[in-house]
Amino acid sequence: MSTPKLSKIMLGLVVALALPVVGAAQESHIGKLTGHSRPGQGLYTRYCWGCHGARGDGNGENGPYVTPTPRNFVSATFKCRSTPTGTLPTDQDLFDAITRGFNTSNMPAWVTLTGQQRADLVAFVKTFSPRWKTEAPGKALSIPAEPAATVQSINQGKGIFQKLECWKCHGQEGRSDGPSAATLTDSNDQPIRPYNFSVGGRFKCGDTNKDLYRIFMTGLDGTPMPSFADVVKPEEAWDLVHYLRTLQVTEKSPELKLWESTKEGAAIVQAKKVENTPTGSGIKP
Amino acid sequence: MYVWETEVTRGKLSWLASSLLCSFLTLAFLLADARPASALPLVTAKVTALPAFARKYGMPCSSCHEAWPKLSPFGQSFKDNGYQMGNDRDAPIFQSPAYWPVTFRMTPQWHRETTDRVGVDGPVVGGVPTTVEQRVTTHGFDWSGLDFHTAGTLAKNFSFYLLPASDNTGAFHFEAIWARFDNLLGSSWLNIKVGKFELDNLLSEKRILTLSSNGGLYQNYHFQPMVSPGVGESLYTFGIGDNQVGAEWMGHSKNDRTRISAALLSSNDGSPGLPTSRGYDTFIAASQAFEAGSLGLQRVGVFGYFGQAPTYYQYTQTTTTPIGTDMINGDPVINTTTSPVAGTGVGNKSFYRAGFIGMWYVKKLDVTSIYFRGWDNVFLGTNTPANQPLPAGARAPTWNGGLIETHYNINPTILLLNRYELIRMDRQTFQSNPSNLGDLDSLTFGFRYYPFISSRAGFAFHNEFSVVRQRGAAPVTGLDVTSKSYLAGFDFAF
Repeated sequence: MSTPKLSKIMLGLVVALALPVVGAAQESHIGKLTGHSRPGQGLYTRYCWGCHGARGDGNGENGPYVTPTPRNFVSATFKCRSTPTGTLPTDQDLFDAITRGFNTSNMPAWVTLTGQQRADLVAFVKTFSPRWKTEAPGKALSIPAEPAATVQSINQGKGIFQKLECWKCHGQEGRSDGPSAATLTDSNDQPIRPYNFSVGGRFKCGDTNKDLYRIFMTGLDGTPMPSFADVVKPEEAWDLVHYLRTLQVTEKSPELKLWESTKEGAAIVQAKKVENTPTGSGIKP
Repeated sequence: MYVWETEVTRGKLSWLASSLLCSFLTLAFLLADARPASALPLVTAKVTALPAFARKYGMPCSSCHEAWPKLSPFGQSFKDNGYQMGNDRDAPIFQSPAYWPVTFRMTPQWHRETTDRVGVDGPVVGGVPTTVEQRVTTHGFDWSGLDFHTAGTLAKNFSFYLLPASDNTGAFHFEAIWARFDNLLGSSWLNIKVGKFELDNLLSEKRILTLSSNGGLYQNYHFQPMVSPGVGESLYTFGIGDNQVGAEWMGHSKNDRTRISAALLSSNDGSPGLPTSRGYDTFIAASQAFEAGSLGLQRVGVFGYFGQAPTYYQYTQTTTTPIGTDMINGDPVINTTTSPVAGTGVGNKSFYRAGFIGMWYVKKLDVTSIYFRGWDNVFLGTNTPANQPLPAGARAPTWNGGLIETHYNINPTILLLNRYELIRMDRQTFQSNPSNLGDLDSLTFGFRYYPFISSRAGFAFHNEFSVVRQRGAAPVTGLDVTSKSYLAGFDFAF
């Protein structure tokens, strides 16, 4: 095959691949960084398309084999946001998601990329959906300073856990075994499991108390996890955070230590723990 | 999309221009003179690129490799983290039971080798055979050895790597075999590896992008000084690019910007069965990366190998083997062989290799630069047993080396590469040696074209030319020796 012919075929293939991806140039602004979609495209082609696909619709060659399915950037529905449910995330939200990765999926932490590269990727991800041209990101949730955890706040959080019926999905002990757990599906009609607190591990959207606060106040769009911003006051939200930490019996948190210092808490935690499980979870099945 | 179209158009033009340039340069070198050449060793590169990892994580090769097998910073981090992404997909228990962590790699090829001033049999003069120098050229279709990688995690934070590798006759050996405790005590600074492994070389010879006989190795990684004209190199064998046997501690920051490692190694250059001595070597390496705006990630580092090698064997062993009967007198014919007893090498003498490395990214262009310094004990340099007196005027040889390797990633499917190495003797073993005896220059360039990038397999059309010249290496005349390689092949892994 002659070189010119080969070149034409190659060009045709690449253009054909690129044609459905029609979007305007985008920028992202993260702190002092300004990301640009053009270099972001090169990075996307190198790192991301295998799962998220050339069109950004989550149908990369590995899409069918990945659980949960890769994010569909065309729909612009993102789980991890600091913005109200239904709104677009901030650039910082997308940047954090790329940096952090998702523990319970195939998405790794891209912390080894430079900040500029991640900012460029954010800019390019924003080219996939027309929503970024017509809508502005929602206003970032304001998170008040965290009050000190007390036994009282943990007990109050326990009450909120019951009142909001978190247990219906997460289970009374946070083991992801509530009565609704088996019926849950995401916006792609794929089965989805609620977070299992008793196994511990990083939350989908971060691992700090602030992240946990943000998760249930903004909800995880595209999943059954709703936003509780309208029904939970900030001080109640912190109580709930403190209680949820005590459900993570394998994570050494100040809240768990405090909880174990009470007779009731110690008994509950001890009942949940079991030593030397083969998979290392330390949790009774 | 405007961005893509612009990129495509630009990429096409760059590709054509680069291909034309590369083809022209290749042709120019092929048609260029054929000055003298040295019979440098034909080394089969044992390189690493594992589609098995791509399959496991569902990511394209280009995620971990700038151009496979060369690692990207993300791939380096993945490796440093014990072949783990840091999420719950790392442990095999989360994998499909059908997943098989195995990768094969091989390279069918056409190659041409030219070496001038090779010592060959000459005419018999007065009943005495002589040696003369001739230029030797060969070419044809061929294939590489087979790399049979299996690697991954045995459990979360327990990783392993096993590489049975063959030469192109199918004779296998174990190129690498190790197990590693990762993130001990939950710290990325505490990783312990035991077995046979590649040293923590930032510029990995096992992931070298060049494959030809001359270009498929880093000359600086294997250089040993010549003793004197016509005598050749010192006899002990060592290469900083060779996999070594021992234990390694390695630590790194979470984002892999800071890396440090130290290894305790048996002084056997990675050979099995402890064949030489009971000595131990040390290798240390440290590097720091920093971000330079839109240019990318830059990294600087230092490394040093401090080794020892025996100069003679404490014991020898003579074996006699009857090989037949004398046809005339009927006496048995006995073959007597005296060989050293393995592992009883003594009279250890030291050597070191040390240097600095810089890895510079300027967007699609990356440049690796290395400065080397080498020193051999005078006994090693002169092949003198430590229980014997040194030859008069003998000195410990020292040398300096440099390397610049450049890659230009037009896009993830096309890579242009170029490397220049030089080695200059600083102090000859004997003052009577020519000052440039053994000095070496090596130039390699070519390109790799990856027609597809997937998470299932890898394929590259590889095209490379390499030339090496070593001063005073001709076996008879002591003139310079030049060796040239051209290789075009299909490099694939699955």
